[in-house]
Amino acid sequence: MDGCRGCAGLSRSRLLHRALAEAGRGLPAVEPGMPLPAGTGLTRRRFLVRGLSAAVAVYGGSRLGFDAFGEGVAAAAARPAPRVLVSVFLEGGADGLSLLSPQGDPLYAKLRPQLALSGGQQLAEDPTLNWHPSLAGIAQLYGEKKVTVMPAIGYTDANQSHFTSRHYWEVGATDASLRTGWLGRYLDHAGTGDNPLQGLSLDDALAPSLATASVPVASLSSPDQYNFSSNRVWGPVEERMLEAIGQLGSPSSDPALRTAGAVASQVDRLRRQLLPFQSHDGNPSQTGPTAYPQSDDPFPGRLSALAAMLAAGLPIRCVALTAPGEYDTHADEPTALAQGLQLTADSLLAFQRDLEARGLADRVLVQVWSEFGRRAAENGDSGTDHGAAGVGFLIGTRATGTMVGEFPGLQDGLDADGNLRATADFRGVYAALLEQWFGVDAAAVIPHASSFRRPALVT
Amino acid sequence: MSGVAVYQGRFGPAEAERLLWRAGFGPRRGEAEALAKLGLEEAVASLAHPGAERLVGPAPRDEKGRPLAPSDAWGQDHVWWLDRMVRTSRPLVERMALVWHDWFATSNIGVGSQRLMLHQNQLFRASGLGSFEHLLQDVTKDPAMLLWLNGSDNSKQSPNENYAREMMELFTLGAGRGYGERDVRQQARALTGFRNGWSRSLGPVRFRFDPAYHDPGTKTIFGRRGTYSWKDSCRLCVTHPDHPSFFVNKLWGYFVADPPDRATQRALEQLYVSTRYEVRPVVEAILRHPVLFEGSRMVKPPVVYNAGLLRTLGRPIDTTAWTWLDAMAGQQLFYPPNVAGWDDSRWLDTATWRGRWWIAQYVLQPFALDPAHAVVPFDARALVDRALAFWHRPALGSATQKALHTFARRALADAGGTSWKRQQYPAMAQNALRHLIAVSPELQTS
Repeated sequence: MDGCRGCAGLSRSRLLHRALAEAGRGLPAVEPGMPLPAGTGLTRRRFLVRGLSAAVAVYGGSRLGFDAFGEGVAAAAARPAPRVLVSVFLEGGADGLSLLSPQGDPLYAKLRPQLALSGGQQLAEDPTLNWHPSLAGIAQLYGEKKVTVMPAIGYTDANQSHFTSRHYWEVGATDASLRTGWLGRYLDHAGTGDNPLQGLSLDDALAPSLATASVPVASLSSPDQYNFSSNRVWGPVEERMLEAIGQLGSPSSDPALRTAGAVASQVDRLRRQLLPFQSHDGNPSQTGPTAYPQSDDPFPGRLSALAAMLAAGLPIRCVALTAPGEYDTHADEPTALAQGLQLTADSLLAFQRDLEARGLADRVLVQVWSEFGRRAAENGDSGTDHGAAGVGFLIGTRATGTMVGEFPGLQDGLDADGNLRATADFRGVYAALLEQWFGVDAAAVIPHASSFRRPALVT
Repeated sequence: MSGVAVYQGRFGPAEAERLLWRAGFGPRRGEAEALAKLGLEEAVASLAHPGAERLVGPAPRDEKGRPLAPSDAWGQDHVWWLDRMVRTSRPLVERMALVWHDWFATSNIGVGSQRLMLHQNQLFRASGLGSFEHLLQDVTKDPAMLLWLNGSDNSKQSPNENYAREMMELFTLGAGRGYGERDVRQQARALTGFRNGWSRSLGPVRFRFDPAYHDPGTKTIFGRRGTYSWKDSCRLCVTHPDHPSFFVNKLWGYFVADPPDRATQRALEQLYVSTRYEVRPVVEAILRHPVLFEGSRMVKPPVVYNAGLLRTLGRPIDTTAWTWLDAMAGQQLFYPPNVAGWDDSRWLDTATWRGRWWIAQYVLQPFALDPAHAVVPFDARALVDRALAFWHRPALGSATQKALHTFARRALADAGGTSWKRQQYPAMAQNALRHLIAVSPELQTS
């Protein structure tokens, strides 16, 4: 349908409201000529809007979803579009000394006789360091002053357990007993009680950093496949059935029943929010201006879907994804690392270009992190064991692009175990993001926030 | 006896059903009633001493009726084990195998051999209720584990800390409990010497201990010096004063939602130490504990949920779809997310709940009524009652019942006076009600 060619001048929210109104007209189309073949549901009218660099597909599939999507748009439009933080996790403890290899450090070749890298662009702010060749995509954005590099981020007395150290990063404190994530606590503080999309884990399960105490958050593998159907149930009965999912939960004194009920109602809410993204006929429900890397890994597709969801005005604030690749490189490090980093960096570059083309770049920051770096000396299996400080990045047009903490060097910068000392604390970075990006009091989210030095991260 | 509290309340079918869910994969029709007749003591004993295994029901098949190839075909390892869960006469043995698969979580992502994964699985099935020290030794030299945590890369010439660290952190002591970084490095030395060869056709082969790669020197572990071997390494962990508390706490968490109180914790530790690190007595004591029956419910792990639905309906394994469906729900067997196993405090979120919805849909597929021909009453109450009977009348809370009745009333009201709708909507509603019950909070938990 081409009815909205003249919409380009409308504001984002008016554009969407108009699209919704158009899509809803004439519903339902199910009555005449019954019965329908199994599983078809209501007829779908696809409505494609192009304007303001945004491509939105709205389906007139369900009056429920239609209303809920309207609510989401209305809520988002009532406020200025929220700023978004995207957390990208390199799982396993990425080897910082390969991400940014200290080729200019005389000890590097001695500690890494087999693994020492050569080549790769030099880092302008510290010529000792060279970008891993597979990180060329991020190096390119760095050249455009859109990447803040943290060459030795971590915390003192680093825990070398994957699980403990990751837990610290996820909860935003060196506290093994905290059960909510740092982004989850931010959403508990600043989010709302009726919008699961505010905290979105684009994964097979919820990221611990998004675990909240009170407000709903969501996890989904792919927004165009959040569908539910049943055997030999269709039409209005199917709609009534889906409607009932949200009624399965009720307050209960039993924690497990309470959880199962709360998740059912979040599922219901999320399903309605995502109806516009449903792919009913195998056609992609979103189209975008940018090409992403082709891969079996879901990461590039998820970033592409995220850009489309943001462009559609869905009320998303915090997003968590796991990067492709194997980073726990106890053995055979060179191959594993290069593959993972390449796809991660190329996908992030495409995402940034996508956001720029859609006019969204100024409200999205991407934070790349890993639970620790790896030991400076290699282990003899062409690998490295667990270490302490690692490398982090902050990517976006609003990132300062100024290095946070310095590379401490392999002579004086190693601790007693031969691991890199941290020159920036992750909790200080979190506190700075909360204050400078989200504009909230970090003390409400990060324990002892005032005790950490907050670097300038946002321009 | 052991000094651990024993449940003294009524042990009826409801309690027996909970026991069968916690210690197994839920009851088949009539099993809870039969178990209840034994009384608690006998019921637990029958689970913990089940005798030889009998597999009940038809052998597993793929969707084309062919037998499974668990060592070779992708995903059929998962379905093969799921079939054991569905058909076994020894549910606790299979449930313990699942516990150990999570405890010593090994992923085929890092092993690359279904054959070796199934070999490890057989170890958990055969030794899962015996001595924990022996189990730890068997796991330490298990080929899948040697590959997964670089045990056969660990040599005197180039030590690899991977297994040593996880052995203490995840398998025996708990993070940062009673060991330091120095102990990790020294344990790694004690564990050196395992090797394997490679065959172009078979992959990793010839797993063995080769003294030429073992570091025989003096190590200092937990403050004591000795020329420790890999068996010493296991023994030092199991006899470490911080091990019994770790063991009891972790094992308890698989069966009971609420943490043990101090007296229970201590009594179970004493039982464990006094039986020289035997698993079975501790499991039996946990299964008899009052909190198991009187305490909070637990979210069923996805494979337990799936196997349980199949057992309830008496449906054999006739498709391999369970592999990807259970993966959607967050649990593909032989592929735990990492060496710490599955995070069973977070089974349910908006993504994994959808996986359970699809599991229920596939479970219900052969039972779906044909709306064009089924004879179903045009009566909301009768529809709900019939759907409850289909699931053997599970106990549902008032909110769930209300949701079911509201749905049934609305679905029928939508039919209005149109005759084809009055024929078709009740059967569709019946299909939907069965599905809604299967995903209700009550059926997701036990």
